[in-house]
Amino acid sequence: MNSPCSAWLFVAPALVVLGVFFLLPVLAALVLSLTDYDLYALADIRNLRFVGLGNYWELLHRPLFWSALGHTVYFVAAGVPLSMGASLGAAMLLNSPLARCKPLLRTALFAPVVTTVVAVAVIWRYLFNTRYGMTNYMLDLVGIQPVDWLGDPHWAMPTIIAFAVWKNFGYNMIIFLAGLQAIPPELYEAARIDGASAWRQFRHITLPMLKPTMLMVGILTVSGYFQLFAEPYVMTEGGPLQSTVSVLYLMYDEGFKWWNLGSASAVAFLLFLIMFAVTALMLRLSRRGDEP
Amino acid sequence: MNPGLAKALVNGLLIGMAVVALFPLLWMLSVSFMAPGEAGALPPPLLPKHPSWANYRELFLRAGMGRYLLNSLLVAGAITALSLVFNLMAGYAFAKLRFAGRERLFQALLGGLVIPAQVAMLPLFLLLKYMGLVNSYAGVVAPALASVFGIFLVRQYARSIPDELLEAARIDGAGEWRIFVQIVLPLLKPIIVTLAIFSFLAAWNDFMWPLIVLTGQEHYTLPIGLASLAREHAQDSELMMAGSVVTVLPVLLLFLSLQRYYLQGLLLGSVKG
Repeated sequence: MNSPCSAWLFVAPALVVLGVFFLLPVLAALVLSLTDYDLYALADIRNLRFVGLGNYWELLHRPLFWSALGHTVYFVAAGVPLSMGASLGAAMLLNSPLARCKPLLRTALFAPVVTTVVAVAVIWRYLFNTRYGMTNYMLDLVGIQPVDWLGDPHWAMPTIIAFAVWKNFGYNMIIFLAGLQAIPPELYEAARIDGASAWRQFRHITLPMLKPTMLMVGILTVSGYFQLFAEPYVMTEGGPLQSTVSVLYLMYDEGFKWWNLGSASAVAFLLFLIMFAVTALMLRLSRRGDEP
Repeated sequence: MNPGLAKALVNGLLIGMAVVALFPLLWMLSVSFMAPGEAGALPPPLLPKHPSWANYRELFLRAGMGRYLLNSLLVAGAITALSLVFNLMAGYAFAKLRFAGRERLFQALLGGLVIPAQVAMLPLFLLLKYMGLVNSYAGVVAPALASVFGIFLVRQYARSIPDELLEAARIDGAGEWRIFVQIVLPLLKPIIVTLAIFSFLAAWNDFMWPLIVLTGQEHYTLPIGLASLAREHAQDSELMMAGSVVTVLPVLLLFLSLQRYYLQGLLLGSVKG
């Protein structure tokens, strides 16, 4: 048996770091969100006033907050299913006994995941350039008019979604692949003997067996997508017409451009609450689905 | 469906997806060697007419890319080395050492994962300002010195170490620190490699926090430097592509050489959670 004292020495450094640089700031953020901390308070702390839920109240009456939330929800609602669909599709193809050169293809499909968001966003900005981008050139070949991908408020968010799906689908693909490989092959054999079609095998074996994996992947992906920031920062700077301002983008601008740290903390907490509620809802719905 | 057709379909789809995944990266490499303005032609050129290193020379000699590269290496290297020590110690203790409240504390750490890191960022900035660490390497490194994910990963792996091994060493009179260094660490080698790659990639690719805390150009890491260049040189596609190559290539090569460890860690950190 080790002495408890030595055990504490092993965990202490990590706990101190997490306590000082995470727990303490999170608690402070809650307090900060109840104050009017701004540039004046930054200069002289005596200018700080306690405003209760004032920041939250004000945010809920600000159109920019609601539009930022709307853009973020749009990104999550369209991006998560598309990205999970691409992941599952790629994983099923890779898992197929017919596929060749699997390790090589798996590496190729995974490569975008390890790249730096900023760097590949720069590439996409070029690929989707209105005048000389590859995308519009290819569309032109099949007779489609050029689209102002990142300059048209209707197209900027879909372009960012396509970018995020391209960048991220490999990650969940690896997890789905492991999930698929864990399904006993006998199940498929039995189904085939019973004459079940490929679609029915997918519907009645693959999907139910993957359900726990899907739920976990879904929750992690939703949380990740709610934290949209670097993509619009580099590709559109929140524009055109603020059509790609996400909640975190608003928090960044509010906090580090205008130095309204109190109101920015309220934005951060509202995002946290929304993410928490969505995650809880997903868990709830999946549990209800389990009951017969 | 006949088997030949099915096989062609599966492989065709896979190759199509691989082309979509890789094309932007390969094209980035190709455009980075083009002359200024060459990439703005129609149809978009696939290969440079006269490949040259001119864009890279421009980046390193005039745009300060060398400094950003060094900063990134320094910051990501320091985070990797130091956080490895902290996470390994804590992860091992949570798996194998006994102390009051161990399980409850670990549950609390895992619970903390639901809080997005951005919630902490505003007060963290004020804290670091107070400590005089804004616009310093330490401002990026210090908050990344320990991570719940890292501790979790080590704990999962360290649980398989047999208790008898540790007890035997204790009976022989070895101290806890010596047991950790001489017995535990060698057994944890695979997870050390995995965690090192994860930490390095995360630190290298991190954007939002360095953007906030590094206010002066002399401390910029590659992603921040590249984002600021992209705002100044929006039209210089060739130069920007070269900048992207410098930013992406190191992590891509690191992943390719150690991908077995990386993918293992990815699964250990998620599926078995």
